[in-house]
Amino acid sequence: MDHLLTEQQLEVKHVIREFAEKEIRPTVAERDEKSQFPTEIIKQIADLGFMGVNTPEELGGAGMDTVTYAIVIEELSRVDPSVGVIVSVNNSLVCYPIQKFGTPDQHARYLKPLAEGKLLGAFCLTEPGVGSDAAGLTTSAVKDGDDYILTGEKAFITNGLMSDTYIIMARTDKAQKTKGISAFMVDATMPGFKRGPNEKKMGIRSSDCCMIILEECRVPAKNMLGKEGDGFKVAMTALDSGRIGIAAQAIGLAQGALEEAVKYSKIREQFGQAIAEFQATQFKLADMEMMTEAARLLNYSAARRKDSGQRFSHEAAMAKLYASDIVMKVAMEAVQIHGGNGYLKDFPVERMLRDAKVTEIYEGTSEIQRTIIARNLLNA
Amino acid sequence: MEMDYFLTDDQKALRDLARKIAEEKIRPVAAQYDRDGTFPWDIVKVFAEAGLFGIVIPEEYGGLGMGVLELAIVTEELSKACGGITLALAASALGTFPILLSANEEQQKRYLPDLAEGKYLAAFGLTEPNAGSDAGSMRTRAVRDCDDYILNGSKIFITNGGAAHLYTIIAVTDPTKGSRGTTAFIVQDDYPGFKVGKHEDKMGIRASATNEIIFEDCRVPVANRIGSEGQGFLVAMKTLDKSRPGVASQALGIAQGAFDLALDYAKHRFQFGHPIMNLQAIQFMLADMATSIEAARALLYQTARHIDAGNKDISRYSAMSKLMASDVAMKVTTDAVQIFGGYGYMRDYPIEKYMRDAKITQIYEGTNQIQRLVIGNTLIKG
Ligand SMILES: Cc1cc2nc3c(=O)[nH]c(=O)nc-3n(C[C@H](O)[C@H](O)[C@H](O)COP(=O)(O)OP(=O)(O)OC[C@H]3O[C@@H](n4cnc5c(N)ncnc54)[C@H](O)[C@@H]3O)c2cc1C
Ligand SMILES: Cc1cc2nc3c(=O)[nH]c(=O)nc-3n(C[C@H](O)[C@H](O)[C@H](O)COP(=O)(O)OP(=O)(O)OC[C@H]3O[C@@H](n4cnc5c(N)ncnc54)[C@H](O)[C@@H]3O)c2cc1C
Repeated sequence: MDHLLTEQQLEVKHVIREFAEKEIRPTVAERDEKSQFPTEIIKQIADLGFMGVNTPEELGGAGMDTVTYAIVIEELSRVDPSVGVIVSVNNSLVCYPIQKFGTPDQHARYLKPLAEGKLLGAFCLTEPGVGSDAAGLTTSAVKDGDDYILTGEKAFITNGLMSDTYIIMARTDKAQKTKGISAFMVDATMPGFKRGPNEKKMGIRSSDCCMIILEECRVPAKNMLGKEGDGFKVAMTALDSGRIGIAAQAIGLAQGALEEAVKYSKIREQFGQAIAEFQATQFKLADMEMMTEAARLLNYSAARRKDSGQRFSHEAAMAKLYASDIVMKVAMEAVQIHGGNGYLKDFPVERMLRDAKVTEIYEGTSEIQRTIIARNLLNA
Repeated sequence: MEMDYFLTDDQKALRDLARKIAEEKIRPVAAQYDRDGTFPWDIVKVFAEAGLFGIVIPEEYGGLGMGVLELAIVTEELSKACGGITLALAASALGTFPILLSANEEQQKRYLPDLAEGKYLAAFGLTEPNAGSDAGSMRTRAVRDCDDYILNGSKIFITNGGAAHLYTIIAVTDPTKGSRGTTAFIVQDDYPGFKVGKHEDKMGIRASATNEIIFEDCRVPVANRIGSEGQGFLVAMKTLDKSRPGVASQALGIAQGAFDLALDYAKHRFQFGHPIMNLQAIQFMLADMATSIEAARALLYQTARHIDAGNKDISRYSAMSKLMASDVAMKVTTDAVQIFGGYGYMRDYPIEKYMRDAKITQIYEGTNQIQRLVIGNTLIKG
């Protein structure tokens, strides 16, 4: 299908696809099994310049558009969605809000090395007691001279074990709800910063995820991102762009699962013919292809809207919701088309199904996306 | 209040016994077995002591003399705690059915009492690398040699493979006749030429052993042939008609187990200042889950009663019960993970395992596409 991609977008797609086939595919099963972070691969992606796809070139990034960003995450996730999410978090949840809300000094100290891939970033909003209800967060930040003292726990932090820089949402004013939250850039080396053990997950096992514990962690006031009280806005801005990344992750994974299913259905014979000859199989494949394309087009249109400078929160929520719902269906059918083999670790679709589920959960569950979409409709 | 399915006192007592075993013995070890993928011998012992291996075996052979419904009730209860561990029992029933339904008196006398007692486990070997849905294209050969048959070939994905002592194996005795050229045999694991091959590493039901079984000039006495030559496929199909409600009940138990956990979680997880159970989105999800589970259960129990009443045409309903319950299990467990949010994705919580376990029920003992074919064919025939 012609997605009206530019020469440059097609070129990037080609480069990343080759890279993913050559450098990522060989180790994907082993890293899943052992829950191993793809350190070398992330270094290589940094060398290619894709840790800050949308970040302007003068700030260390590739200066490319959001469709290109979606393509990068799609192509990585087509082979390994763990790699996809690691790169997506650094791009959308870390680089993007720093670019939007950061001072020139913060751009120089943080954005540049993050976009260049010299530092890795993480985004810390969720807490054990607050997930969907992010505005209820309780991690506190108390001013003390030129510093803030952060205390609390952040849960399920992707890149948590491997990052250098953490954007942490904490409460500076208990009397206010969303307006009482501020965002801080915290270095892993700051005193009082601790990491919990790697979580054992159903899928995306090659990406890490852990608790971040702040025990009176002292953070210089100049590391506040935006003004005091801007934290929730910073987080929501990050998540709007992040959702395009997660949609792309889901779409890439769906594409990968679809390709595996097509390949297998042509090779596997039962009743004297390839199972691809059965209408039951063909209709599955047709639906999988249609859903994946529809999700991709919806996501590109959200990305194009972002690039046009308009509000894109509504479109990003729809793209993320739809892509994550369809990748579950596509991965499920891909396993089914593989029959008993689909249930075994010997075939990649087994991992793909486990990987798919998380896209309906993180960066706002499917229910929260529906809430956002409905609210936009009703408040229009 | 639970729906009244008009169970007898005996059936209720059996259900309560299974429920107790599930809660006290299985639930505490389910996560460990899932992680390690080892065979649950200690639980198998508990099943044996409770007499559960004898549910469908007649009393004259030391069994409980009950039927498909009782087996379903027990499988369901046990699967609420772990669909994988339970499979040791359910797959043994699968391996026992051919002996129960089609073997001669001497063979039944020889094997059923030990099976009822749970002295050893049974398994069922139909699938081959190139014969899954198309079981009729199997290639494992059985060639007559005086008082023996000599078996050569391999069966894959055999549940209880390596753990069982007894294997009902379908093999080709006449390659010119397709599925009519197949014959069923009772093969012991101590026969010469019997080997256990590849052990499969699976997405779910990881406490269940799935192994390749290899026959290298494996000598099986003629006395261990079930029925006559050429009846193998028939034996297998008769078996699957009776065993598919077993998969349905495993699926149903997995769904119910996941639902119970999700409901409890929804009542205790607070977001936005109240339990998420108060949110309409969560209520509606749970309402749909509960409704589909009850529908699957009603179809399963009625199918089991239809079978136990001795009716002949059971294929259609047996297939329907398996198709429906497994699709319900997949949907319910996926939604249960969703209700747990991020915690649902973590192995520290029990729920993600239910989703991994559920998927197999759409695949084995005939994929759900094959169930639709079976149902469709009975509809064509009228
Ligand atoms: C692998 C992984 C990586 C993650 N990475 C990060 C990260 O890097 N940074 C970070 O900050 N967080 C991260 N998260 C956390 C993630 O964003 C949260 O898990 C998610 O927002 C859901 O929150 P919760 O888990 O607390 O679920 P809950 O909010 O407790 O939700 C439970 C259920 O209730 C539903 N629900 C809640 N509120 C409503 C409502 N108002 N209406 C309808 N339904 C509702 C939910 O949809 C869900 O089904 C990660 C999570 C996972 C699993
Ligand atoms: C964990 C596990 C345990 C098992 N235990 C046992 C056991 O104890 N004993 C045993 O004998 N076997 C066992 N099996 C095998 C199981 O029954 C087969 O995997 C199953 O029958 C499907 O066969 P297959 O894997 O070869 O898939 P295939 O037959 O290759 O099917 C591939 C895909 O094609 C579809 N398809 C095939 N034919 C048609 C058609 N005519 N129309 C439409 N679609 C079609 C299928 O639905 C499926 O989606 C087990 C399998 C697993 C994974």
